[in-house]
Amino acid sequence: MFYREAGDFKVSYVEDSQTFPIKFDRYRYYAVLAVAFGIVPFVINDYWANAILLPFLIYAIAAIGLNILTGYCGQVSLGTGGFMAVGAYAVYKLMTAFPEVSMFIHVLLAGGITAAVGVVFGLPSLRIKGFYLAVATLAAQFFLVWLFNRVPWFYNYSASGQINAPERDTFGIIITGPNAPAWATYLFCLVFLTFCAVVARNLTRGTVGRSWMAIRDMDIAAEIIGVNPLRAKLTAFAVSSFFVGISGALFFAIYLGAVEVGEVFGIQKSFLVLFMVIIGGLGSIFGSFAGAAFLVLLPVVLKVVGADMLGWPTDIVAHLQLVIVGGLIITFLVMEPHGLAQLWRVAKEKLRLWPFPY
Amino acid sequence: MNRKLTTLALAAAMAAGPAMADLTFPSLSYRTGPFAAGGIPFADGYADYFTMLNERDGGIGGVKANVIECETGYNTEKGVECYEATKGEGALVYQPLSTGITYQLIPKTTADDIPMHTMGYGRTSAKNGNVFSHTFNYPANYWDGASGAINYLLEINGDDISGKKVALVYHNSAYGKEPIRTLEELQKKHGFELILLPVDSPGQEQKSQWLQIRRDRPDYVLMWGWGVMNQVAIQEAANIRFPMENFIGIWWSGAEHDVMPAGSAANGYKALTFHNVGRDFPVFDDIQTHVVDKGLAAGAGDQIGNVLYNRGLYAAMLAAEAARQAQEMNDTADITSGMMRDAMEQLEMTEERMTELGMPNFGPSFKVTCENHGGNGMVGVTQWDAESQTWSLISDFKPTDAEVIGALIEEDSSAYASENNIEPQCN
Repeated sequence: MFYREAGDFKVSYVEDSQTFPIKFDRYRYYAVLAVAFGIVPFVINDYWANAILLPFLIYAIAAIGLNILTGYCGQVSLGTGGFMAVGAYAVYKLMTAFPEVSMFIHVLLAGGITAAVGVVFGLPSLRIKGFYLAVATLAAQFFLVWLFNRVPWFYNYSASGQINAPERDTFGIIITGPNAPAWATYLFCLVFLTFCAVVARNLTRGTVGRSWMAIRDMDIAAEIIGVNPLRAKLTAFAVSSFFVGISGALFFAIYLGAVEVGEVFGIQKSFLVLFMVIIGGLGSIFGSFAGAAFLVLLPVVLKVVGADMLGWPTDIVAHLQLVIVGGLIITFLVMEPHGLAQLWRVAKEKLRLWPFPY
Repeated sequence: MNRKLTTLALAAAMAAGPAMADLTFPSLSYRTGPFAAGGIPFADGYADYFTMLNERDGGIGGVKANVIECETGYNTEKGVECYEATKGEGALVYQPLSTGITYQLIPKTTADDIPMHTMGYGRTSAKNGNVFSHTFNYPANYWDGASGAINYLLEINGDDISGKKVALVYHNSAYGKEPIRTLEELQKKHGFELILLPVDSPGQEQKSQWLQIRRDRPDYVLMWGWGVMNQVAIQEAANIRFPMENFIGIWWSGAEHDVMPAGSAANGYKALTFHNVGRDFPVFDDIQTHVVDKGLAAGAGDQIGNVLYNRGLYAAMLAAEAARQAQEMNDTADITSGMMRDAMEQLEMTEERMTELGMPNFGPSFKVTCENHGGNGMVGVTQWDAESQTWSLISDFKPTDAEVIGALIEEDSSAYASENNIEPQCN
């Protein structure tokens, strides 16, 4: 009834090949964009921005990035935290060196620098696969964190090795530092997320994405039908690292404002983003959003319910949180190994036939 | 348009915040994770002191103190969430007990006009109140700690430590790196040799560092550790038979739970301190009658009198004193965070006042001014006696090398000021 192709006629090739060919999907997409851009900025406050929406938007970008590499191209990576650190330190060096340049440009440049670093660390993927590649990217993770801890140039020789985001603006609106209004930081991240999601969606529908998926599904067969593994793998590393770098730059400059590499971009961050991708659904843009929302919101919801509403001791709530999140992850993986995206896909199949299933 | 948006956002924020009735002291605690062993006693002490004030005196100036606990797990992201969740509740002062969270909150608290007290941790150059208007780190900071340790070594060596080897075993984070600059300056001044040994967080793996100590044989080992790192370091020192009396920890590396696991091998281990140890103070009787006996003790109630419990108690006492002073200064019981900041800037702790509060000689007497947010930096040394399982003060609170530290603070804070375009606030 709600969700069906019947009666939705396409009269041109452009219409036929659009991103969301089904009307319901398309309108839902427009509605989400309208709410996110048109309503949320007017009602947002500091708590919603800093505790919930900013982490969600930023992790969603990171999850899209990792999903391209792991979900679409099949290259397991444990280096996400390290690549986010590259983005963060790149934007820090850029924003302190060129204070008058717009933050939009700095964040994009930071993504570009991370893409270059990602390609370098992606080179081993041409020779090694699977678990062995995971170990190689793990080396990237540890090396990058060590590098940013070790070389004082990266943190401008500050006494404690911390980097702090100074106040910077874009189009005259402050978007970093403590005086940035909540709506501005939110919109800034939202613009990047929308940009990344649209680019990722279109890349994965085109030649590049198809060559990634061919490599993922069977690399030897892909090579035989003419997919160049060097190009496919390295573009996947580059695009993925570009997104992850943007998320790292936003994570530092907009969300946290002060970062210490070992604590914020450690191995836990790599695992967290990997869990988001796995829970959300490998090889799905929607899954990246769902996974990020799940792992960002769940701890906050549990904390609000447990500590603020029920008044339980904070340590019990914190421990319960680990138990519940862990339990849910296992339940999800057992019941639905393809993640939240697959749940959504199943729901859509059901909706198509509703109310007359056969 | 911008203005309208900001107003709307502001209105939404204000509508969300409840009316102020109590004096709210948020406690960004951590009772879970690798640093919980230190976080629990501090949070207990902080909460118990306010409970005691509420039960004994009916609060501060007739208004009840309300401690909101928020679990950070020593994690900066959760710290941000906690700060945003509690600042709308009329928070008077933040004490995050984490150097990482402190760095994040320095600009935020300044923008929100809420003071932050980082007692013996955080950004050392925040002592310069001219630049850091809303951050306070009285009565002592890390650089005082570094200088205090070297002064103590000078004292026991007859004022000459040239040619001696001093190793620094430190947590490889913003926290652990803080003393390095001061120690490097002091190295030039006193001519000792400094060996730096970083330990990656959380610090369970220290075999290679202690192997290096065994090879290099430093005369003294200083430690900037926290959480599980301390216990491991003391155990490793015992394993290589390093003489414990030559092993000195910062005040975050000198609590009961740090030395107990090594048993009698930890006997003689020393730690710096800026407040007194033990429970031989009248205030503990009040805590016993008004808090423990009524079953109101925070946490499991088993931490009372521990080093870090005392530190939490001391932090709470200083916060309560500042709140009381703010009430007197503004002649109102219902103070705001801005009034609290002004009061903290004029706080004076005297020996008489501490005796009145049942805490004679608990900490040094000091006076905060607009330029000096860090007190006088008096540092004492405590030593662990494994047999009686007590810490005792072996060297009283003594001044540190203000000349060296002052220059470093000036340098670091002016760098921060120019990076963030901060005008000096005192004139």
